[in-house]
Amino acid sequence: MSDADVIRIENLVRVYKMGEVEVRALDGVSLSIGPGEFVAVMGPSGSGKSTFMNIVGCLDRPTEGRYFLDGVDVSGLDRDERAEIRNGKIGFVFQSFNLLPRTSALENVELPLIYSANGHAAKGRVEKARRCLAIVGLAGREDHQPSQLSGGQQQRVAIARALINDPKLILADEPTGNLDTKTSEEVMGVFQKLNDEGKTVVLITHESDIAEHARRIVVFRDGHLVEDRPVEKRRLAAPPVEV
Amino acid sequence: MLKFLTILKVGLKAIARNKMRSMLTALGIIIGVACVIAMIGVGQGSQAAIQAQISSLGANFLMVFPGVATQSGARIFTGQSTITDDDAAAVRAECPAVAYVTPVSRSAAQIVASGLNWGTQVQGVGVEWPFVKSWNVEKGGFFGESDVRAAAKVCLLGTTVATALFEGQDPVGQTVRIKNFPFRVVGVLEAKGGNSMGQDQDDVVIAPYTTVMRLLKKTTKIDMFMASAVSRDSVEEAQREIEALLRQKHRIGPGQDADFMIRSQQEIAQTADQTSKTLSTLLASAASISLLVGGIGIMNIMLVSVTERTREIGIRMAIGAKGRDVLTQFLIEALTLSIAGGAVGVTLGIAASRILAWKAGWPILLSPGAVALAFGFSAAIGVFFGFYPARKAARLDPIEALRYE
Repeated sequence: MSDADVIRIENLVRVYKMGEVEVRALDGVSLSIGPGEFVAVMGPSGSGKSTFMNIVGCLDRPTEGRYFLDGVDVSGLDRDERAEIRNGKIGFVFQSFNLLPRTSALENVELPLIYSANGHAAKGRVEKARRCLAIVGLAGREDHQPSQLSGGQQQRVAIARALINDPKLILADEPTGNLDTKTSEEVMGVFQKLNDEGKTVVLITHESDIAEHARRIVVFRDGHLVEDRPVEKRRLAAPPVEV
Repeated sequence: MLKFLTILKVGLKAIARNKMRSMLTALGIIIGVACVIAMIGVGQGSQAAIQAQISSLGANFLMVFPGVATQSGARIFTGQSTITDDDAAAVRAECPAVAYVTPVSRSAAQIVASGLNWGTQVQGVGVEWPFVKSWNVEKGGFFGESDVRAAAKVCLLGTTVATALFEGQDPVGQTVRIKNFPFRVVGVLEAKGGNSMGQDQDDVVIAPYTTVMRLLKKTTKIDMFMASAVSRDSVEEAQREIEALLRQKHRIGPGQDADFMIRSQQEIAQTADQTSKTLSTLLASAASISLLVGGIGIMNIMLVSVTERTREIGIRMAIGAKGRDVLTQFLIEALTLSIAGGAVGVTLGIAASRILAWKAGWPILLSPGAVALAFGFSAAIGVFFGFYPARKAARLDPIEALRYE
C-alpha cells in the first residue's frame, strides 16, 4: 500500500438495518487500487458489490472502516462534501446510461461542469464537452438527443460525461448490462483505450467475459472479498472505435 | 453567480418543456393576481370617490342644529327651534376660526312654471351660502344682502329643477311660482351630483332665508345654520368656539346640556369612509384567497414534477449536484411560474379594472403601490409554496433516486 493509491480501503463494513434485522452487506473488506489499474469487480447478486460501488462512488458512507480516495479520507464526509468529491474525482457510468432525456448529447456531457465549485464559462464548457465526445468517437453527434442515439452510442455519451472533469477514477456499474454483445465490445474498447491512456477504471459486472477485458479481477461473496487475481488472458476489444 | 445563471437556465428549460402544464399552473396565479388588482382598484376607487365628495361638500363644513332642551331633568325636544339668525350673525362676527356662516330655513314646496309642476325643497340661505358649501352659480348670479334684508322673492334653481321646469330654455329672468308666490329666477347652480347618501343634491331651489322663513313658513326662527372653518385643520377649533359662544349667549352653564348640536361634515364623512374601507378590505381578502389557491396549485404541480423527475435528480446528484443546487433549481421553477403568472395577472387585472370603470361606471383607482404589492405577493407565494417540493427534491437520497423507475 502506498499513498499514491487511487483507492485504499481498510476493513470496510456497511450494515443495513431492515427493521429488527441487521444485514452486513460488506463485512471487513480491504483493498487497494493503484493509478492506471483496470479492475473488474465481480460477484453474484447480494454479494455486496453494489454496496461496494456506492461507497467507492461516494454515494454512501461506510458504517465502519476507512476509505481513502486519491490519498484523502472520504469516509467521514457529509452529503455536500461527497457531492463535491463525486463531481471532481469520480466519473460515473451506469447500466441504464442515465442521460437526461430531451437534452442534447453535448449538454448531457457538460452537465457535471455546471456543478463544479469553480464554475466554467459557457464557451469553455462547450469546447471541453466537444473534446470528450470526440474521445469516445461521437464527434458530429453533439446535437443528438438520447432518443436519437443507439444504446452503445448513449453509453459512449455517458462515458464522455464521466470524463469531462478529468476524474481520478472512472466507476462503471454494469456498463454493458443493457447492450448486445457487439456494442458491449465497442464500449469495452472505449474503456480499454482510456485505461491505456492512463485512466484508472473500476468496472462492476457479473459477466466473466466482460470482466476479462480488465487487468485485475476481484470477487465478492456474502460481503467478503474472496478472490483477487490478475487477468491472465486479457480480451482485447478489437477493433477500437472509430475516432 | 455563473453557477446560478446556469441553474436558472436549467429551471427555465424544464418549464418550457411542459408548456401546457406550466400555463395551467400559472393560470391559478394569473386569476388570483388579476382578482386582487381589480378588487383593490374598486376599493381604492370608491374611497377616492368618497374623499372627493368630502372636499366637494367642504371638509371644513359645520352644521349647527337646534337641539334638546332640558325641562325638569328630562331631555325633551320641544319642536321649537332654539336657534336664531342672531346666533348665526354672532358666530360670524365673533368666532375667528369661522370663515363663513349662512342661516338655513327649509321648506318643501311645489314649484310651478309655465304649466309644469315640480315638488322639491326650497332652501332659504344667506349670501355666504356659496362659500360655505363651495357651490358655484353657473348661470346668472347669487342674490345680495339687500334681497335678504327685504325678503325678496328671488331664487336660484338646481340643475335638476331647471331641467324639469325649463327644459332647453334659459330659466334666468323667468318667473316660477312657489306656494303661489311669484319668484324671479336669478341664477342656476352648477351641477353637484349625488351626495354620499345617494341623494340628488341638484334637486333644490335656493332663496333668501328671510323669504322662506317669513313668507313660506310664517315663522321667525331659522331651522339651523351652516358655517365653514377657515381651514380643514381648524374645524375642531371652530366647533369649540361656536359651542362656547352659543352656550354663553343661551345662558347655559357648564355641565348643563346645550340646546343645540354641532355636527361637522368630517364626522359624517368618516363614517362613510370607514364603511368603504371595510368593504375594500373584504373584497381584497376574498381575492387573496383565490391567489392562495393558485399557490397551492403550484405546490401540487411541483410535487408531481419532483416525483416525475426523481431519476433526473438522482443523476444530477450522482455527478455532483449538491442539495442546495437541486433546491435552487426547483425553487426557480416555482418562482418563474408565479412571477410570470403575476406579471400576466397584473396586466389582466389592470385591464379588468379599466373595463369595470368603463362598462359599469365604477370609480376605479389603482395606485402603483397596490400593483407592486399584488405582484410581490405572487412572488412570495411562489417561494412559500415552492419551498416544500424543492426541499423534498434536495433531500432525496441519490442511490434511491437513481434506482427510481
